[in-house]
Amino acid sequence: MHMDSDISPPLPALVSFAGIQKTFAAPEGDGTLVAVEGVDLTLEEGHILTILGPSGCGKSTLLNMLAGIYKPTRGTVTYRGAQVSGLNLRTGYMTQNDHLLPWRRILANVRAPYEIAGMPRRSATAKAMELIDLVGLTGFENAYPTQVSGGMRKRASLARLLAYNPETLLLDEPFVALDAQLRLAMQAELRSLARRLGKTVLFVTHDVDEAAALGDKCAVFTARPGRIRQVVDIDLPADRDLMTLRQNPDYGRIAAKLWDLVTRESREGRISHET
Amino acid sequence: MKRSLYFYRLVFGVGLLLLWQVASGWLVSPVYISSPVAVAGRLSELIASGELFRHARITAFEAIAGFLLGSGVAIVVGLVLGRARRLAEVLDPFIMGFYSLPKIALAPLFVMWFGIDMSMKIIFTAAVVFLVVFLNTYSGVRSVSPEQQTVFRLMGATERQVVRMVIIPAALTWVFVGLRLSAPYALVGAIVGEIIAGNRGLGYLVARTTAQFDTAGAFAAIVAIVTLGVLLNMGIKALERSLMPWRQMEDAREVAI
Ligand SMILES: Nc1ncnc2c1ncn2[C@@H]1O[C@H](COP(=O)(O)OP(=O)(O)O)[C@@H](O)[C@H]1O
Ligand SMILES: [Mg+2]
Repeated sequence: MHMDSDISPPLPALVSFAGIQKTFAAPEGDGTLVAVEGVDLTLEEGHILTILGPSGCGKSTLLNMLAGIYKPTRGTVTYRGAQVSGLNLRTGYMTQNDHLLPWRRILANVRAPYEIAGMPRRSATAKAMELIDLVGLTGFENAYPTQVSGGMRKRASLARLLAYNPETLLLDEPFVALDAQLRLAMQAELRSLARRLGKTVLFVTHDVDEAAALGDKCAVFTARPGRIRQVVDIDLPADRDLMTLRQNPDYGRIAAKLWDLVTRESREGRISHET
Repeated sequence: MKRSLYFYRLVFGVGLLLLWQVASGWLVSPVYISSPVAVAGRLSELIASGELFRHARITAFEAIAGFLLGSGVAIVVGLVLGRARRLAEVLDPFIMGFYSLPKIALAPLFVMWFGIDMSMKIIFTAAVVFLVVFLNTYSGVRSVSPEQQTVFRLMGATERQVVRMVIIPAALTWVFVGLRLSAPYALVGAIVGEIIAGNRGLGYLVARTTAQFDTAGAFAAIVAIVTLGVLLNMGIKALERSLMPWRQMEDAREVAI
């Protein structure tokens, strides 16, 4: 792996993966399956890192290790200077599945983190309503999750994540099931919210355009066992407008570079078939 | 669509009664199968004399009390064992053994332990209901997505909050499957108890009338039992609707692929 730019970060890293390897028991036989190997990666506070790689290369595994759900087999994950052991409560998760509680209305779903924190009902409701407004769900607060569209559930899930207000957002292919337009809207919203609130974000995707549009930098992974092929700095303006980004020549250059990196493997004849 | 469905059901029901009426005395002696007209006559007698309601009240009380006791204990045990994986593994063969035992085989022992009054029928009913509700609650707890629980733990939820906010509501759907499945067994428990030992209740009424060759009376009691079963089911459905309003929303959604 080599860094794309040699400018060392001015801030100490918030997140660092050092010499990470993670193996699982192989699904058949009693061998082991190496999910990720030799991963060294750092992320500064307030930055957005996109993690790009084919299915099964260990992207989710990496996020799980930062959240403290999995322990690395080898190496250490450090968060704010301390080794992650046990659940890392400064992180919040959002995946392809929105994980809303089907028995709670949208409002009550968004309010759940405040209830957990023991906030009085009235102020919890007021704060949840603000977030519902922020993600554009006003008018749907009394609907059950099954009654609204997939995009709205995603917004509700995002609002709940913001209610919980973790320092670092772990987003694991959150927009996979959305159509192109909705997806773009959600990406734009996510980027502007994360910047406004100063969130650090690790965003997993297997979509090259999404990785380029959203990230401040992008870690491109090889197929399993996942190794970092390259960390690419995405030198697009921090306040980029995602709606018009496709016309930006710098964007085109970066996307082309990412495409080149993700297709290198198959061009080298190592085609991996993964689901 | 809906109207024609009701119509055909009516036709079938009336047809069945007609067949019964015609067959009685022509194909089979009324001593064995009585006839709809005779049953209706006997039923109105039993209602008029107040006898039917006296017995029905007792059976209903036994079935409902046993049902509440059995399912209440089952829900608590199901929740606890659903969380305590190790303990559940240890107990598994014992539970399965008890599950495969026809509970009726226990009835004589229950008579010995608890006598022949109502408490025996209530405890017996509870034992019959317990396993069905327990097994459903247990699988409900086990089926709650671990990811969902992790999402809540990452929000800082304590174990108790996870149980209260995620596990119990998620298991509720399954609990109700268990309740609906076991409601008929609650009646079986109460009525078997009354047939084996007792001098009150609809089960006793069936046993007594049959022994006296009052076949119409036996059928009248059976009609009352069916009615009780239907009412019990309706009660559970109503409870389900009020406890799980989100389920109706799911059902009301138009089905689309
Ligand atoms: N809990 C687990 N037990 C066993 N194998 C796992 C587990 N989690 C992930 N894996 C395996 O590790 C590999 C990487 O998985 P994952 O991190 O989910 O990939 P990605 O998110 O990049 O698609 C896959 O082969 C997957 O089957
Ligand atoms: Mg994944």
